[in-house]
Amino acid sequence: MKKVLTGNYAVAEAVKMARTEFIAAYPITPQTTIVERLAEMVEKGELNADFVRVESEHSALAAVYGASAGGLRAFTATSSHGLLYMYEMCWWVANSRLPVVMALVTRTIGPPWNIHTDHTDLLTLRDSGWILAMSENAQEAFDLTLIGFKVAEQIDLPFAVGLDGFQVSHTAEVVDIPEQSEIDEFLPERRRDKPFVIEPRNPITVGGLTTNECAMILRQEMDRDMEKVGDLVRNAGYVRDYDLVERYRLDDAEYVVVMMGAWCGDAKDAIDVLRDEGVQIGMLRLRFVRPFPAEEIAKLDCKKILVVERDCSIGKGGIIATEVKSVANSPVQSVMAGLGGVDVGVDDFVSMFRRFVKGELGEWWL
Amino acid sequence: MVVVKIKDLPKEKFLLPGNTSCQGCPHALGLKSLGMALGDDVVLVVPAGCTTIIAGSKDKSSFKFPCLHVPFASAPAVATGLGSAFRRLGKRGIPVVWMGDGGSDIGFATLSGACVRKDDMIVIVSDNEAYMNTGIQTSGTTFWKAKTTTSPTGKREEKKDLALIMLMHKADYVATASVGYLQDFIGKLRKASEIDGFRFIHLHSPCPPGWGFDSSETVEMARLAVKCGAWILWEFDGKFKISSISKPYADKSKRTPLAEYLKKQRRFRHLSDEDIAEIERRIDEQWRVVLALEEVF
Repeated sequence: MKKVLTGNYAVAEAVKMARTEFIAAYPITPQTTIVERLAEMVEKGELNADFVRVESEHSALAAVYGASAGGLRAFTATSSHGLLYMYEMCWWVANSRLPVVMALVTRTIGPPWNIHTDHTDLLTLRDSGWILAMSENAQEAFDLTLIGFKVAEQIDLPFAVGLDGFQVSHTAEVVDIPEQSEIDEFLPERRRDKPFVIEPRNPITVGGLTTNECAMILRQEMDRDMEKVGDLVRNAGYVRDYDLVERYRLDDAEYVVVMMGAWCGDAKDAIDVLRDEGVQIGMLRLRFVRPFPAEEIAKLDCKKILVVERDCSIGKGGIIATEVKSVANSPVQSVMAGLGGVDVGVDDFVSMFRRFVKGELGEWWL
Repeated sequence: MVVVKIKDLPKEKFLLPGNTSCQGCPHALGLKSLGMALGDDVVLVVPAGCTTIIAGSKDKSSFKFPCLHVPFASAPAVATGLGSAFRRLGKRGIPVVWMGDGGSDIGFATLSGACVRKDDMIVIVSDNEAYMNTGIQTSGTTFWKAKTTTSPTGKREEKKDLALIMLMHKADYVATASVGYLQDFIGKLRKASEIDGFRFIHLHSPCPPGWGFDSSETVEMARLAVKCGAWILWEFDGKFKISSISKPYADKSKRTPLAEYLKKQRRFRHLSDEDIAEIERRIDEQWRVVLALEEVF
């Protein structure tokens, strides 16, 4: 069935169809309408879940952590400062190997206060052990939320679904919604004993003091399991096929643009313009940052790669470009654009890509 | 008031012998009592603190309770999630948050939120009046003038009254208790377990190394605190009542002289007679409030 939904409502719809049992969240723009919609679904009886109105994001993920440790399918959502406030819990959830799913509606970190999209918040989770996906549109936000529960529960790592603030979160699009029966078949009830369950009369202790070697082995196992996520995504058995990347006009591309998120739509239009001019240019769109699609990037056989990203590691530059350079077999150029929600449209991309091809592009686009 | 007879208490141990608590540790007394009071209905949620150590290390656990270790400020919120899981999955049990005054300082918003929502849990703050696990630093409940490593000449601020704060939060059950009177504590735990919603017990826990007294004197020190009127035992279960143990000390003439309690502790050894008189004045003030609450609440 096709429905017109904003990205946020699409996420809420996916959370409902996943038969999520526990939701805790604290409002923050531009995430708020996800949990407003979920609260409404719970109150109307459309979704049989406990919805907890917590007093902070730290408590949102703490409550979700407790529910997930008790065996429930659990969800939260946040943005920017909310993510930073719950940051400690993000690591605790990851190291506890609990299959929590979180929607992260990307927003610039202040000061100055700014509610518009920027990917720096999402990338603060880079090293934590969360699977990190970034959607391009409402359809992907919907699909990746459902795939998120499936994969997280298979591999025991938490899953964050990124969607750009306002550009995806508040933009209404047509979303193709599968039948509930298809989702139920794809995503059966959570196995409650995996990776462990905290329950009365089962005297186990989780998270306490242990050996240094145990702490190291945990991180080693998480890293190894993260490598399996690509295959789990590709073989998820969802109604649509997904991969860690999307390849756009890449087959004969001499110039390859690497990007992620909503603005890839405009960038693809710009690629079409350059293609019409005879430039052999294409895009490798990152749908996942973790696991990092290293193989897909290493396989790129082209004259040069351009990474366009709306984030910056102060003192090192583009975070994605740094990672792409570490695996690419072609020269990589980095450009940082669109930070703080600065608008970058089709015309900008046309101009940017032309300059890239000519070798006249600087590091910052402003 | 639930009457607790020692001969009727269960023999099963939930805090196992040979655990890593210090000699004379008040938390160990409290945790043993928790096992005797509520047994295998307990699921512990423990934020960072002394109890993180007491719980055991490597592949050894000191608990026969299930136990989830959690970040410092998170414990009541984690218990909210666990309680939801028990209810939805039809499991009989009580999430019990066991934390110190450190956890209730850093996690005060979390405590407040869980209480306001009346989430299903028992929260026990085992209060040794300073951050002991990191080496005796001042907390929100540290006594006025007490020396700690971050108040080397004595704390300049008043202590906060956590139990009265939780009472004003409209918790479903609130009590103060003391490791000097474990039958009273066990009775209050059992009373709490019969009430639905958010239940809070503030347990007074004198700490031998933190306060500077001999490890054989924990119980005596806890009792002295009650007998000199510095720690008042009370209970709210819909009605505010001063507990029978503390009741006589409403009459100031029945109280043990305050100096007997204070002078036994290294943290108070520097107090002048004027300081002690000032502390006594503050204790009288506290009694005035508690007696008034018994009238009106």
